[in-house]
This record gives sequence, structure tokens and C-alpha cells, in this order.
Amino acid sequence: MDTLTQIWDTFFDWPSMREALPEMLTVGLPNTLILALASAILGTLIGLLLAVAGISQTRWLRWPARVYTDVFRGLPVVVTILLIGVGLAPLALELWGTNPYPLGILALGLVAGAYIGEIFRSGIQSVDRGQLEATRALGFSYFTAMRLVVIPQGIRRVLPALVNQFIALVKDSSLVYFLGLLASQRELFRIGQDYAANTGNESALLLAGLFYLVLTVPLTHLVNFIDNRLRSGRPEAVQEADPELSEVAPR
Amino acid sequence: MSTTTSWKTADPVHLEVRDLHLAFGANKVLRGVDLDIPSGQSVCVIGPSGSGKSTLLRTVNRLIEPDSGEVLLDGENTLTWNPDQLRRQVGMVFQQFNLFPHKTVLQNITLALRKLKGLSADEANEVALGQLDIVGLRDKAGRRPGNLSGGQQQRVAIARALAMSPRAMLFDEVTSALDPELVKGILALLADLAAQGMTMVVVTHEMGFARRVAGKVAFMDGGVVVEAGPPEQIFDSPAGPRLQQFLSQVL
Repeated sequence: MDTLTQIWDTFFDWPSMREALPEMLTVGLPNTLILALASAILGTLIGLLLAVAGISQTRWLRWPARVYTDVFRGLPVVVTILLIGVGLAPLALELWGTNPYPLGILALGLVAGAYIGEIFRSGIQSVDRGQLEATRALGFSYFTAMRLVVIPQGIRRVLPALVNQFIALVKDSSLVYFLGLLASQRELFRIGQDYAANTGNESALLLAGLFYLVLTVPLTHLVNFIDNRLRSGRPEAVQEADPELSEVAPR
Repeated sequence: MSTTTSWKTADPVHLEVRDLHLAFGANKVLRGVDLDIPSGQSVCVIGPSGSGKSTLLRTVNRLIEPDSGEVLLDGENTLTWNPDQLRRQVGMVFQQFNLFPHKTVLQNITLALRKLKGLSADEANEVALGQLDIVGLRDKAGRRPGNLSGGQQQRVAIARALAMSPRAMLFDEVTSALDPELVKGILALLADLAAQGMTMVVVTHEMGFARRVAGKVAFMDGGVVVEAGPPEQIFDSPAGPRLQQFLSQVL
């Protein structure tokens, strides 16, 4: 019985949680969001470039995209974060000082870009060739046709996979702690771990875990929602709300 | 479902194909195609599948670049032109419609009007609705293609191509993907367009249509035009054994 109580207290010691909560909310949560959001944006941009290069007719675009993807998908995220975060630190020092965030975000974004590039590429390649043909037959150039017609359709199809990648980023953002964080730079995991170390029980870490779930579980449901929507098609109601329609709505 | 058309083919062009060659590796798809389509005339291209009919159309507007030969618009060799310029003059409609599923019917037509012709939203809508009127689908302007029948989708595709005021039109088996009861309406549209004096190349399996509407019928087999002439000549007194055999199979 004693052992069970001990284990219970290790995870659910309310005072420890209450102590950690304010810093989690005011420091950890914003920092995790900054890391995840910034690297998601960077990763999406890199992914888009990689996808377009990856389906190019030109070997000199396709080949570097392939190598990039293989390298950053093949390395453990921690290795990439340390190599970039520590390796480029002297350069960063001259540019913006000691803050490890820019390099951490860069590393996370580079890795995410490799995955997102593959997601986009598969989506774009799944779009029927007739779409490109028909767009070009109207007189659009290859790039305009891709931009206006093919890529938007391709991305729509892979939105669920893309959101999965964003979920991974929320979790992987915890790895920047390897770069060494000042008190004000700590994100959810680091704060949880610090409090856990100080109090000698894991309750604060469990609280950090709950925060991650609050961020990721809604995203998971967003994936399911988008997935269903794509499967069953757009409900007619959404179409009726189309601004274009109101202009031409039959009386 | 009869439509009263108000198409005005302002400026039909004389389209001429000379000695067109194309090979995919060892597979010679076009082996010296010659075809003359006088301004305002409709030429139906018939022939067994794999004879190069669809490829010929794609080579004429350079969705596929030919290996050698000439495509002349009013006597001018277009192979030195920017293909995008060529395609703005020569419209194309496909077997699989290839409408943009992520856009409304109206947006399908306005996209090129706005982005290529530089029309304002109002101007583009007006042109597009006018075209939809002609094909009898004005009331579907706000729908998405997925909610339309095959016949309706093909009408939209025709409206989309004609909205660009092409000087010649290419039709690639545009009724082959349709249910039998929908074929007639589309053929009636094509007949109307031909009567309006559009320069047209129609690849088709509809022999009745070819006989009634075409100014000239060209029989393709093995990557060349084997016989060409007025419909009566081709259907009633075929000269060569290949055409005779083909007709005995399809009629």
C-alpha cells in the first residue's frame, strides 16, 4: 500500500503541480508555441520548395532535393539540432547573440522541411495529369498552372499528413533544451523537468505532458475532421457561402 | 435539350499540319502527318485506337512537342512561337473534361480570363455567364464540377475553352467518357459551333456525327493520315483496304 501511495504522489502531487503551473503558462507554453509555429512555417516553405524541385524535369533541381531529403530525414533530430545549434553558434553569436532559438528553429524547420517536402510531393503527384494539361491548354505557363491549379489541389489532399507533421513539431520543440536555455527561454518540457528535479517527484513533468496533450489532441481531431471532409466532399452549405456565388445567384 | 447558340467565331484561322513526326523512344507515334483545315471548316479525325489521333491534337497545340514537322496558323509556322501564345489561339477540350474540381463552375471559366486576359472580376463573370448561357448551364455557375453530370461537366469545359475566344478548337474524343444519353447534346453543341464557322479538329468515334457535320474526314492509322476527303467519299467509297476494314468494324 505504501508503495502505491508513493507512486501516486510521484505523479499526482498537487502542490508541486500548482507551483509549476504559473511558469508553465507564462513562460513554457508561449515558448513552445513560438518554437513549433516558427519551425512549422519554415518547414512548410522549405517543403514547398523541395516538392517543386523534386518533381522538376531538371536533374539539377531534382537531385539536390533528393539528397537534402535523405540527409535530414535520415538523421536523428537531436543530432541535427546539436550540429546546427552548436556548430553554427559562433556565426549566430555575431548575428543575434547567444539566444539559441533562431538556430533551434532553423534545425527543427530543416528537418520538418524534409518530411513536409515528401508530403507535398506525393500530394502534387497524385493530382491527375489532365489538370496540368487542361490548364496549359488554356495558355498558362507551367509554373502558373502548377501554382494556380495543381499545387492547391495537391496540398488539399495531404492536409491530414501535414497536420500530423505539425503535431510532431510541437513535441520535437522540446529538444531545443539540448542547446542550453536561460530561465526565460525554457519551454514546457524544460520547466517540467526543472520542477521535477527540485521537488523530487514527476508531477510537474506530468503537468508538462498534459500541456502537450492540450496542444496535440485538438490537432489530431483536426486531422480526422479534415480527413472526413475530404472523403465526403465539401458540404453544399459551404459552397452556398462562396462569395462568388452570391454575385451570380439565380433569383 | 436544344440550345440556341450565340457564338460568334470572329476570326477563324487556317490550320495546317505538315509532315509531323513524333516518337517516344523507339515507339513512332506520328510518322509524317499531313492535315489541312481551311478557315472555318471542321475536320473529323477517325481511326483505330493507338493510331495517334489524340497525340496529333496534343502535338498541334504543343502539349507534346513534335520531333519535326510544321504546324501553321494562317501560313505562319507556330513551332517558333511561345507555346503559351499558340494555345491562347487554339483551344482544346478533353475526353475527361479536366475541370478544376476545387473551383466553382464560374471560377473554372473566369480563371484564365482574369489571369491571362487581364479582365476584371466583373468583366470575367459577364463573359463566363454568357458562355454558360450558351451551353445552358447559367444556373450551375456556383456549383462545383463534382456536383454536375458528365454531360454538364463537358459543357462547362467547352464553355471554358470558348470563353478565351480561340481561333481554332481541338476536341479530343469529347463524348467518349459520357453516358450514351448525354452524347447527343454535346454533339449538337459541336455541330452548332461548326455551323458558326469555327475551325475545328474533332477526334471522334461518332461516325454519324462525322458524316453529318464534318467538312472533311481524315482516317488515321499507324501514325499517318491514310485517307482524307469529304465525308461521302470516306464513308461511301473508301479507297484503301485499311479504311475499308476499319469502317466494316465500326459501322
